[in-house]
Amino acid sequence: MQLHTSIENHTLVINLYGDIDMSVTENLRSTLEEKLDNEPVSNLLIDLSNVEFIDSSGLGVILGRYNRITRSGGKVILTGLKPQVRNVMELSGLLRIMEEYSSTGEALSNIS
Amino acid sequence: MATSNQLTIEFSSLSENLSFARVAVAAFASQINFTMHELEEIKVMVSEAVSNSITHGYNNSPDEKVKINAVIQGQNFHLEIEDYGCGIEDIEQAMEPAYSTSEERMGLGFVFMQSFSEYMNIDSVPEKGTKVTLSKSAASNTEKNYVTN
Repeated sequence: MQLHTSIENHTLVINLYGDIDMSVTENLRSTLEEKLDNEPVSNLLIDLSNVEFIDSSGLGVILGRYNRITRSGGKVILTGLKPQVRNVMELSGLLRIMEEYSSTGEALSNIS
Repeated sequence: MATSNQLTIEFSSLSENLSFARVAVAAFASQINFTMHELEEIKVMVSEAVSNSITHGYNNSPDEKVKINAVIQGQNFHLEIEDYGCGIEDIEQAMEPAYSTSEERMGLGFVFMQSFSEYMNIDSVPEKGTKVTLSKSAASNTEKNYVTN
């Protein structure tokens, strides 16, 4: 797995690449925590358009960051969900608590 | 008589082997009439079961073994994921959604396995290990193909 980060409109934008399972979650978790500790952002946008596979360990990392961001009044936004990713996201209930947009551009333009 | 085929793999309890395990099993399962969507569900089942073996069965010890046995019989697919670790003391509790001993794990592993299979069974003996048995059929896809053709 690889990731690319940027900051736009008070939002930490994370582009993820590759499969997300237990073999990468510790690295993903620590990288996201470090970014959130050091950057003055309110929201987190996770672009999953280059992720073909995610399991419950990956969802756990996203939920953990959701809990952190929403405690301080921010939003977690998901974009680019492929069918497999959408399937487990729906089953987990995460799509009921997080906002979803089809593209990063659309999501950023809707962040207030 | 239905065609039968069988795959057995055993590998070290390393999370680096998760991708290999799910891709190998899905490639094997693709010999029958599963849709791409169903093959993705099989990958999730394998990933969750092997993750449980590594994390809970072996407490992340890298020197143990996880064994997968997969069988194709006609359009039916049977899968066993087995470890020789600490076992599960309370299977009913472990299967509850959102049950987890870690605040960042969602406890959805068994929920996904159950949702994506037509049959699931867990055999576990404390200090002996755990075997998860899953079955999924591609027969309905054969029927659909037959009707549409």
